[in-house]
Amino acid sequence: MSETAIALSPQRIGAMVLRHWYLLRSSWPRLLELIYWPAVQMVMWGFLQIGVAAKPGALATTVSTFLAAFLLWDILFRGQLGYTMSFLEEMWSRNMPNLMISPLRPVEFVIALMVMSIVRLAVGLVPVTIMAMIFFGYNFWGLGFALAAFFANLLLTSWAVGMFCSGLVLRNGLGAEGLAWSLMFILLPLACVYYPVSTLPDWLQPVAWALPPTAVFEGMRALVIEQTFRLDLMLWALGLNFLWITAGAVSLAWLLGEARKAGSFLQIGE
Amino acid sequence: MTIPAIEGQKLCKKYGDTLAVNEIDFSIAAGSIIGLLGGNGAGKTTTIGMIMSLVTPTSGSVRVFGADMSKEPYRVLHRMNFESPYVDLPHRLTVRQNLKVFGMLYGVAGIDERISSLASDLALTEFIDRPAGKLSAGQKTRVALAKSLVNDPDLLVLDEPTASLDPDTADWIRGHLERYQSRKNATILLASHNMGEVERLCDRVIMMKRGDIVDDGSPSQLLARYGRQNLEEVFLDVARGRREPLPEKEAAS
Repeated sequence: MSETAIALSPQRIGAMVLRHWYLLRSSWPRLLELIYWPAVQMVMWGFLQIGVAAKPGALATTVSTFLAAFLLWDILFRGQLGYTMSFLEEMWSRNMPNLMISPLRPVEFVIALMVMSIVRLAVGLVPVTIMAMIFFGYNFWGLGFALAAFFANLLLTSWAVGMFCSGLVLRNGLGAEGLAWSLMFILLPLACVYYPVSTLPDWLQPVAWALPPTAVFEGMRALVIEQTFRLDLMLWALGLNFLWITAGAVSLAWLLGEARKAGSFLQIGE
Repeated sequence: MTIPAIEGQKLCKKYGDTLAVNEIDFSIAAGSIIGLLGGNGAGKTTTIGMIMSLVTPTSGSVRVFGADMSKEPYRVLHRMNFESPYVDLPHRLTVRQNLKVFGMLYGVAGIDERISSLASDLALTEFIDRPAGKLSAGQKTRVALAKSLVNDPDLLVLDEPTASLDPDTADWIRGHLERYQSRKNATILLASHNMGEVERLCDRVIMMKRGDIVDDGSPSQLLARYGRQNLEEVFLDVARGRREPLPEKEAAS
């Protein structure tokens, strides 16, 4: 591709955001789906907190970390899902060839998907955090500046995974769709969402530390349990995310090239 | 020297061991309507895919308005568009929303006016605010055509634009394409299995078989060359290999 391939057009990015906003607005099941699972899980964890808090001791703090961990995990999972779902909508509607022959650059498409993942995340998560505040007195937003750091790092990881998943679907068709739903769950045990890294066997701990979310969840526990904001962990996560985003972008570009070589766009949906 | 609208040089595509397009050379002048004919598996769709930068050639090149489509497609993609019944528009978006999104993607100035104009030209007004997925086949084709014309393209690539349409709607579409080409002096590349359509619309026909270009000429030249009354018979001769073109002198007489 020539150098014009990286020239950005805010209008084209806006067009893609608008396209997915129209879709989201027109479909109540899609809106409901964004809120349903976070709400169900929040209620479950919230009641668990109430039950445990009734007993004195350190367990109440532990459950608070569980609740924060659940909400942060949801940012990671739904960030990736928000990115990938917007992408899959194009595959399901057999619209991808129309986009690929338009002046829309791949990088603009990716930015639009990132914007839509934030929109989807906001629609799903904001009401749930408000519900947590009203029903269980848990103020997620009370994490303050740290929350912004957690949020940014988790979102970057979710986009890196989303780029890789969308590349796989472009190259292999909708047969690879299942990966978009399940790939993130590989990180659930390894990123130490609900327990400290020290819980893992020694040999597995370096693997955990190579995952950006691990530092975020460790940082969250330090904040909730010790009231300490670990800047070092956030910078570690940010550095890893830079590598992950680069790897995601490179894999997407490579898989896009492979899809063009294989003629995958002529068999979209198969 | 005038730059051709499309120029293929030794254009070749292999999928593994399968040869889809076999080092074909062709040049299409700007402002013409060209028919691309061939049976299933002849290589038409792959050729169109390479012209539209959806498929990367194995070797050779295809240039559109001078731009190599595997290296610098964004130089010219804003001047092109494509329509096929095998590619859909998002079903849940209304016709107007779809056209607005694609208008923005193509950087169309005055999008609302453009949509109104297309709606009027292609008789979309009645269902412009209806979801695209709830339209009849004929309505969907008109909407897909509106999308392909939203940027007023200099090159319009159509893959079976009237497939599965009733004769009345198909005739109406052909008429619109003729008027568009005449007004814009656009280049139209048309892949079709409807020989009557090709005969009516095309200045020139390229015939493909098993990845090769096996004949090339105006409809009247092809009829004379094969000694046939219509292009359907010529198509069958080529597809079944049952008759070689007549010698030049005999064809001319």
